[in-house]
Amino acid sequence: MSPSLEVGLYVFVLATFLGLEIIRRVSPLLHTPLMSLTNAISAITIVGSILVAGEQKTTLSTVLGTLAVTCSMINIVGGYLITYRMLRMFRKSGKERR
Amino acid sequence: MIDQAIPLLYLAAAASFILALKWLSSVPTARRGVIVGAAGMALAVAGTLMKPEIESYRWIAVAFVAGTAIGVPMAMMPMTAVPQRTALSHAFGALAAALVGTAEFYLRAPAIDRFTMGALVLEVLLGFLTFTASLMAFGKLQEILPTRPITWRSQNFLNFTLLGLAVASGTYLVARPETSWLFPVFSALALAFGVMLIIPIGGADMPTVISLLNSYAGLSAAAMGFVLDNKLLIIAGALDGSSGLILSVIMCRAMNRSFTNVLFGAFGQLQATTGSSQEQRAVRSATPEEAAGILQVASRVIVVPGYGMAVAQAQHKVRELYDVLTKAGVDVRFAIHPVAGRMPGHMNVLLAEANIPYDRLVEMEDVNSDFPQADVALVIGANDVTNPAARHDRNSPIYGMPILDVDKARTVMVIKRSMSPGFAGIDNELYYLDRTLMVFGDAKAVVGNLVKEFAGGT
Repeated sequence: MSPSLEVGLYVFVLATFLGLEIIRRVSPLLHTPLMSLTNAISAITIVGSILVAGEQKTTLSTVLGTLAVTCSMINIVGGYLITYRMLRMFRKSGKERR
Repeated sequence: MIDQAIPLLYLAAAASFILALKWLSSVPTARRGVIVGAAGMALAVAGTLMKPEIESYRWIAVAFVAGTAIGVPMAMMPMTAVPQRTALSHAFGALAAALVGTAEFYLRAPAIDRFTMGALVLEVLLGFLTFTASLMAFGKLQEILPTRPITWRSQNFLNFTLLGLAVASGTYLVARPETSWLFPVFSALALAFGVMLIIPIGGADMPTVISLLNSYAGLSAAAMGFVLDNKLLIIAGALDGSSGLILSVIMCRAMNRSFTNVLFGAFGQLQATTGSSQEQRAVRSATPEEAAGILQVASRVIVVPGYGMAVAQAQHKVRELYDVLTKAGVDVRFAIHPVAGRMPGHMNVLLAEANIPYDRLVEMEDVNSDFPQADVALVIGANDVTNPAARHDRNSPIYGMPILDVDKARTVMVIKRSMSPGFAGIDNELYYLDRTLMVFGDAKAVVGNLVKEFAGGT
């Protein structure tokens, strides 16, 4: 096993446990925004997509990469915007919506 | 110089994603969380764009523009369409991962080590199956496809065969990456399995399925992190994966069912046969006028919203009812069952959109002890989550499912289109209780009439 793979596995396991702990504390009230936010975060696939699209090694890889960047960008823009829109709707009694 | 800065940018992005989810735990800090998450994403994108490997920015720029042009309208959809939108965005996320995996395979194979190839196979398998499965879920939620579960004999056998073949061809590719002809076959099997997985799933199981697809899309991104040896991808993917996992566990628990039962149990079919022997029983029906009269003498009202409220787009009328009741000094609260609607938290978002304060929305565990003190429980478009049979009838298919104890309220009012059974295809004995009044009609129209009658009577 290569050292970088070993580190990767440690990172994965620790991040999963951290995720389970943090997300267990999210109020059920906010489960819909939670899903749209994690969806936006997982659009981090854009990092890999940009490289494949930008390296321009073969026509196939450039086409696939460009499509992948488009898909990821849809989720980044759409995901953060709609989560913010949803959260702006939540207000307490007695307070008007800002 | 730049080479050293990029890993730091990625590290900052990873930290911001964790903070974003931490701040999402409560409403007052949640918006800050979204901003921090977006900032982290901007750092990650900026860092990647600085990488020296990039030869040309032309197609990246095209894709940025195209993605933004599609992403902005998708963020502006009405809140009633949020489940469909979420399914669609899972499809996009998963497709991105699968496409990058495909490109990496053709760029690097056969000079690829076993482990990287294993991660790549996992990325592409999860990516493609989540892509088609999410599209199918989108079709069902948008009602382009039939929402009833479609089942046939040997369906599970076929599905397992497909999955088995996909896994087998994937494993062969790990062992022999040079067999590049097998890669399209493997991809096609993954795509086909995604379609077959969702065909037997019905509308009420969507909260679990959407959560599960959320998890798969995240795991696919994490697998990409192993292929590219990028820790940021691994962290973000793991966070998304664990979030989807937690949500699906909560949804399963709220239906008293197991994962395998949701995915391979095909709910609706079974009950369609058992429900045929129902005799005609008497129900008490009331007009909106009579119902408003009862509300006039009530001091505590608990509203139970369900998917029917979303379908009828009745949430704004419900807000009007909330306003007139509150003004008359009535204590109004909303009881939210975890699986009410088509995705986790669906009802909360709809009611918040209608400007109902979130401190009036109460979770099932907290509200159930209050039903005996409630004068009226007003059920709007909810069905199976209020069926008392879940508590005592061992033969009921929903036996054991946690429900809202609506039947303990002094008076129960049910706004319903007709007497047709709910998703599970079972009769709701709540409707035949002496204390239950049925108000038949479209939820939006009925609640509108209730508001009018109530305001007219005071």
